[in-house]
Amino acid sequence: MASQEMEQLVRREYTQGFVTDIESDTVPPGLDEDTIAFISNKKGEPEWMLEWRLDAYHQWLKMKEPSWAHLDYPPIDYQAISYYSAPKKPEDRPQSLDEVDPKLLETYEKLGIPLHERAALAGVAVDAVFDSVSVTTTFKEKLAEAGVIFCSISEAIRDYPELVRQYLGSVVPKGDNYFAALNSAVFTDGSFVYVPEGVECPMELSTYFRINAANTGQFERTLIVCDKQAQVSYLEGCTAPQRDENQLHAAVVELVALEDAYIKYSTVQNWYPGDEDGKGGIYNFVTKRGDCRGDRSKISWTQVETGSAITWKYPSCVLRGKDSVGEFYSVAVTNGRQQADTGTKMIHVGEGTRSTIVSKGIAAGNSDQAYRGLVKVGPRAKGARNFTQCDSLLIGDRCGAHTFPYQEIGNSSATVEHEATTSKIGEDQLFYCQARGISEEDAVNMIVNGFCKDVFQELPMEFAVEAEALLNVTLEGAVG
Amino acid sequence: MSAAHAFLQRLGERFSDEPTWVTARRQAGAARFEALGFPTKRDEAWKYTDVRRIAEGEFALTDDAELSASRFEALSMPLDAYRLVFVDGVFSTALSDVEALPEGISIEPLTTAMRTNHEAIGGAIGRLAGVDFSPFTALNVALSEEGAVVRIGQGVVVDKPIYVVFASRANEAPRMSHPRVLVMAGARSQATVIEHYAGETGAANFTNVVSEVMLERGAIVDHYKLQEASSEDLHVASIHVEQACDSRFTSFNLNLGGALVRTDLVTDLNAQGAEANYNGLFFVQGRQHVDNHTLVNHNAPQTFSNENYKGILNDRARGVFNGKVIVKRDSQQIEAYQNNANLLLSDRAEIDTKPELEIYADDVKCSHGTTTGQLDEEAVFALRTRGIDEQMARGLLTLAFAGEVMDQVRLPAIAERVERAVAGKLPERFNLADLVEVSDALQEA
Repeated sequence: MASQEMEQLVRREYTQGFVTDIESDTVPPGLDEDTIAFISNKKGEPEWMLEWRLDAYHQWLKMKEPSWAHLDYPPIDYQAISYYSAPKKPEDRPQSLDEVDPKLLETYEKLGIPLHERAALAGVAVDAVFDSVSVTTTFKEKLAEAGVIFCSISEAIRDYPELVRQYLGSVVPKGDNYFAALNSAVFTDGSFVYVPEGVECPMELSTYFRINAANTGQFERTLIVCDKQAQVSYLEGCTAPQRDENQLHAAVVELVALEDAYIKYSTVQNWYPGDEDGKGGIYNFVTKRGDCRGDRSKISWTQVETGSAITWKYPSCVLRGKDSVGEFYSVAVTNGRQQADTGTKMIHVGEGTRSTIVSKGIAAGNSDQAYRGLVKVGPRAKGARNFTQCDSLLIGDRCGAHTFPYQEIGNSSATVEHEATTSKIGEDQLFYCQARGISEEDAVNMIVNGFCKDVFQELPMEFAVEAEALLNVTLEGAVG
Repeated sequence: MSAAHAFLQRLGERFSDEPTWVTARRQAGAARFEALGFPTKRDEAWKYTDVRRIAEGEFALTDDAELSASRFEALSMPLDAYRLVFVDGVFSTALSDVEALPEGISIEPLTTAMRTNHEAIGGAIGRLAGVDFSPFTALNVALSEEGAVVRIGQGVVVDKPIYVVFASRANEAPRMSHPRVLVMAGARSQATVIEHYAGETGAANFTNVVSEVMLERGAIVDHYKLQEASSEDLHVASIHVEQACDSRFTSFNLNLGGALVRTDLVTDLNAQGAEANYNGLFFVQGRQHVDNHTLVNHNAPQTFSNENYKGILNDRARGVFNGKVIVKRDSQQIEAYQNNANLLLSDRAEIDTKPELEIYADDVKCSHGTTTGQLDEEAVFALRTRGIDEQMARGLLTLAFAGEVMDQVRLPAIAERVERAVAGKLPERFNLADLVEVSDALQEA
């Protein structure tokens, strides 16, 4: 194998890195009570929300940035970040796509997401978040017909304060961890979904998060509540323009599933991973947690993580309801100098709760990745069941793959299994493909896609296609 | 005054006229221990193990080694072996038997070895386990007095096991000891070393032992650690192993006794062809707490490790297993396997397990698996259809669960002793002979 050739292939450019020039309404960098009051005021929030934010801020001040993850990055200067950025004319929001800033539409074009077409063809309602303010929301009427609320969190705080107040912070408390506390203090946007009792959401809900103005961190807050017997599938996808400076992203996602409810949350994450020296990529510190509050409820997390310089992310399920079910399917791909510490927590509280964890990690180049997970079975979780499979594939001899699964089991009727393997792509598998006229590149893609199959088949159709393509691009030429 | 400081008070008065380098080492250990303090649950390595019972205890150092031959017999195994016996950490000449050693073998208490050749022994001690490993190794460095030193010459195959007994007495006031074990196995030598921790009923002492085992090229060492202390005893141990090329180290870590038992087992595979096998079994009940932390460092290409730990927990016992495999950059063509299986017999028992892999090379075959659960109900049913009552069926299956580890044991005396103890510890208190009889009858049928 000509390794030079391979190296050239590995050094692919980030195809989705470009900057759209839209003037931002940005506060100067720095974080104090005034910044928080500014954000709250800008969003026209009620008094209780400001108090909530300030309480989170005070808790955050007392906390220390966690250092236990298998990650190495320069210290973050939280005073050098600007905590608010919104496209111009926030009051004068566009009512339809025709009113949207053409430059923004152009951005979507470049990303290959012709919003109107895509939305129409795929039957997806898109709540596009451009920086911090929702610019456009489609299919609102159709959802309203079904009684589904799907709007930005800011709108929700204004229009549905009772619902937000009831559920916000009930899954991820303000002081849950350092990054969650920061988010609680300064979050600027995100989505809110409420599916009423007995309603099956008529379409898959989707938000494209974008990061744009230089130096602004993104602090999204997403809250999804599924009432009794309700169902929803939510898609989250991310791309970002190329940057020189690191951008901090500390999102919080909360899911609440009441009796017999089902929430499926899928993510494709493709933020800028930094250049070949690891400079300039996104720092992604995310707290995602679902609460299976009702009996027989189910929450399923599926994620494909290919971007970001640093990923710190553990989508979790608290299985409180009797016979509730938690699932976590993950593919994480790291290349270049990317670092990912990701995994899940399954907390079995209720009787007969079940969870499945399938995690596939692929490390190439000089990257490092870790699976970190917790399966906890409490004394009341009679007959709880967990199965965990986490496999790592190493491509090249400069990368690392690590597994840190914690299991805390306090119930004799529980059955908990964990399996993990680490290996490289089999020479024999490659040879088999090549002997049949398949190029090495294609053979690797085939094998890697096969390796990830268990996770990809959990993704909604259009996401699965996107994910496979993304994987192939990320790993282009990473084999030698 | 901090708990750590209280432990070090004995330092000045007890140790004088030692070689200056020994004094300096003690002081370094003391300083490190005082700086670290006792670990708390906030330390990742001690997340599940609370050592307050040690930190808040008052333990005296011991001067005598009185233990009658009959009492000793009741505690120990009747092995045909070279034997070193320590009573609450103090060497007992009367109970030991290291006369008539073949050529090329030296087995002596640490104090004797230091007296005759303190430079050679002192240099080796602490080479693998310095003061930074844990607060307890630092404490050991500060307060260690006695221990076992085993040296095996090149090519020597030791004809009998080397049996080191640490007996813990039921004293009026709790005692503590900080023994060292040093095993130096020369090139192509072969030996079996047994560390046996046994105690009288009611003994409530604190043992803090550090073992170092060095295997030169092609050496083969079987190492047994059998923990059978009383249900009040507190025990912290770390075993550090260094392996040269083509050497093979096999560990048997068998935990039955003790109130709080923590064992760290660390192996460095430093050259091609080195192989480490870890076998572990723990059976705990009542309020026993057992914590096993194992680590294999694959520092060189073409090294091999295999680990199998099994745990049975009853009543309110708590078990901790943390197994870690690290494959260093460029350590290619590695095989590393790790398995941990646990059986919970009670709803109030708890197991916390974490099998970790940290891998920086790509041409590796590494896997780990862990399961926690109950006996297979179908297997219980299958036995019942053959006329075995349910209690007996459960007993047999539990014994079979432990059997996977016990089958590897190459010393029948130890295998039988542990199996008998396991049978006796089962909820129904079986007699091993009865179980074996049923099992034989089944096989004949």
